[in-house]
Amino acid sequence: MATGSPRLEVRREKLRRLAPLEEPAPRENLRIRQLRARDLLRGDLDGPELEKHVADSVLTTTMAKATSWGRANSIFPATFGLACCAIEMMSIVSPRYDIARFGAENMRASPRQADMLILSGRVSIKMAPVCRRIYDQMLEPKWVISMGACSSSGGMFANYAVVQGADKFMPVDIHVPGCPPRPESLVYGFNKLQRMILGNPDPGWRRRYNAIGTEEWARPATGEASPEEVEAYAAAREVSIAHESKRSQEARGGSA
Amino acid sequence: MPDAPGLELIAQELDDAAGSDSVLGTYHEHGQACLIVDPERILEVLRWLRETPGQEYRFLASLHGVDYLPAEPRFGVVYELLNMPRVERLRVRAALAEPGDDALPEIDSCVSLYPSAEFHEREVYDFFGIVFRDHPDLRRILMPEDYVGWPQRRDFPVGGEPVIFTRDEPDMPRWYE
Amino acid sequence: MSDGVQTHHSAPAHGGDVLAETEAEVIGTSPIERTAAGEALGPEEELLTINMGPHHPATHGVLRLLVSLEGEVVRDVKPIVGYVHTGIEKNCEDKSYWKVIPFVERMDYLSYFSNMEAFVGCVERLLELEIPPRAQYLRVIHLELNRLHSHLVWLGTSALDLGAMSMFFYCFRDRDKVLDLFEMSTGQRMHTRYFQVGGVFEDIPVGFERNVRAFCAEMPSRLDQYEAILNANEIFLRRTRDVGVVPRQRLIDLGVTGPLLRAAGEPWDLRKVEPCLRYGDFDFKIPIGTVGDGYDRYRVRVQEMRESVRIIEQALDGLPEGPWIADDRKVVLPPRDELATSMEALIHHFKLVTEGYRVPPGEAYYAVESPRGELGCFVLADGSAKPARVHIRDPSFVNLQALREMCVGGYVADLIQNLAMLDPILGGIDR
Repeated sequence: MATGSPRLEVRREKLRRLAPLEEPAPRENLRIRQLRARDLLRGDLDGPELEKHVADSVLTTTMAKATSWGRANSIFPATFGLACCAIEMMSIVSPRYDIARFGAENMRASPRQADMLILSGRVSIKMAPVCRRIYDQMLEPKWVISMGACSSSGGMFANYAVVQGADKFMPVDIHVPGCPPRPESLVYGFNKLQRMILGNPDPGWRRRYNAIGTEEWARPATGEASPEEVEAYAAAREVSIAHESKRSQEARGGSA
Repeated sequence: MPDAPGLELIAQELDDAAGSDSVLGTYHEHGQACLIVDPERILEVLRWLRETPGQEYRFLASLHGVDYLPAEPRFGVVYELLNMPRVERLRVRAALAEPGDDALPEIDSCVSLYPSAEFHEREVYDFFGIVFRDHPDLRRILMPEDYVGWPQRRDFPVGGEPVIFTRDEPDMPRWYE
Repeated sequence: MSDGVQTHHSAPAHGGDVLAETEAEVIGTSPIERTAAGEALGPEEELLTINMGPHHPATHGVLRLLVSLEGEVVRDVKPIVGYVHTGIEKNCEDKSYWKVIPFVERMDYLSYFSNMEAFVGCVERLLELEIPPRAQYLRVIHLELNRLHSHLVWLGTSALDLGAMSMFFYCFRDRDKVLDLFEMSTGQRMHTRYFQVGGVFEDIPVGFERNVRAFCAEMPSRLDQYEAILNANEIFLRRTRDVGVVPRQRLIDLGVTGPLLRAAGEPWDLRKVEPCLRYGDFDFKIPIGTVGDGYDRYRVRVQEMRESVRIIEQALDGLPEGPWIADDRKVVLPPRDELATSMEALIHHFKLVTEGYRVPPGEAYYAVESPRGELGCFVLADGSAKPARVHIRDPSFVNLQALREMCVGGYVADLIQNLAMLDPILGGIDR
């Protein structure tokens, strides 16, 4: 290209020389992607190159996964500030412990418009029916985070006036300990809830202590265990017995 | 606070003004002055303390109940009075005995003198069962309206539940059972 | 209507129609369903009783209000409280004095240092215990930082109620700085259990003074910014000027204290008239309003924030050296390094931790100036290690009685504003 010349020479590059099909797609190479896009627009891209382009740039998933992704990333919390934990709950909206980065800063006051209830504070016996009513007014799907020690278990107030744990009258998904929990703890609990919604729950301590399969199963009104529960417990028992005997062998230092 | 001789002076003047035996006792400790009065004369006592020039305890800082079980008389309704210009506090305790057979102890309401007492007296009623005669709206304020029992009395249990440990868990019925 | 039959158009309240169950007369100007002159209302003039709360975005906690409206004008307000009643006073009778401190802290959950000071000061009065000057200054610093914290949260949430959403974010940003300071000195953001009978739990760490000074240096300019947003704001002025005025004498009769009383013009602040803890050493002013409307209450509180900054700076300047807790081993835990060498210290430690210290029989009442008003604590001691009665005279509980006078005759929107400027904290009201 001569300097100052009014005409530019155009170099056409063949896509095939630059990006052979057999190699994995070089995502970082912007030039190759530009060329592919150019050819796509022109209608020049077809055959295996078209399929490769589609595979590289289009995401496929199931409807369930897509909706749970949407649900997890745009939760509307319902403001249910009862006591001291409410102040720390307000501060997760504040700029430092920003919950807007997870899409949940839109705290709706009306339970009909909210899908998560953060029970923050001690639930007194006068307030418990009101809590339940607000929970019932929420639309499915709905989740509950019980924030703080008082709503998880009555906290330090073991007396006549406080319900010893909100899960005595409503189902709770995540309990966040603390008195009051730091805003980061609440955000951590919120992230766990997001993983649960995405279908990828955090096994947590059960993995560390080799106790996968020991989750409690709710029993129906008859009080008898369902066959799945029996199987799951039997499998867990096998695992723990095997683990236990291995450990006791090691403790005794050698063969049984 | 009125000092000890000042307190005795107040007690004497009160006895003269509101009738003898209205002041059952005085004590002065930790820099605080307290008059123990007969609950039947409480309105006259408070009116005298409020309106006599020279006393003028026009601010009711607090009105609360105390259960002195096992001492007699069992209940005390304590009025914390404050004279704002002189910054003097005076405590007046109305010593209420418990009438037998499940009757509730009664005392006159001082809402006509100190409108601030409205919520305070409702709270004392709620927690101790002390009925204030002529209170405009005597009902429970902090407990649910239909609650049975007077929680702050000393013989009312604290409540709560036993803590469930893991080893006890299989024996304890869960809430869904 | 004239035959004496009353119909209530009230929404079903919790537990049945509360108004219908009481046979008492309503104190005040306008009973339900009758005009002020006592005449029965015609069918077009019936009052609508609606229920606000307990779950409501603007009620600052779980406060339930039964509001009787004639159109948009409020004719009667009945607050119903008790939705966060925790039985703290009853629980305190079961715990040794040391363990009562975390319970009492959680009453008025925005001004937890004031709660602690009221209780701990009362017990110290019963024990006749002198606390060292360094502890007094440290307590003052933390109390004033708490006042700043409480007023910042109040300002953020009240401005949010009135529509100024950005104030919420600014105030909470500064509030986080105050909580960082608390975390530095006490280890916890809220509910720090820092004040103990005899002084404070632990001495302040090395960088604390520097951080507090940095905070105090920038705080006045922040307050200038907040005032620049709200002071001359047309909407804010229209909403708060001349709204919710109650005459000063009526407020005193109702037992109201704190910024509400000061906004009405009464120069009453316990830090000046009945100074505890060396408040007399500091040079600060008490802001007083003139009219007693919402705007005055706002200005009084913002000015109080400025004065708090001045007090903190003076306290840091004059912070004496010395022990941070009293020496009396019967009441105060001995320092841990002595436990390895001294048998007596070990015995004291054991007795204090297992049984607690005994307080000689008596009763005492001790009042401090919390950000909301006079916070008083009454403790009855019976000679054992547990108090026989702990009662906290909470300022919000008494101030709530003024809500009716402030709201009757105004609009519903003014009710929200009055509630915001009243600064109720339901944890203190309900205990």
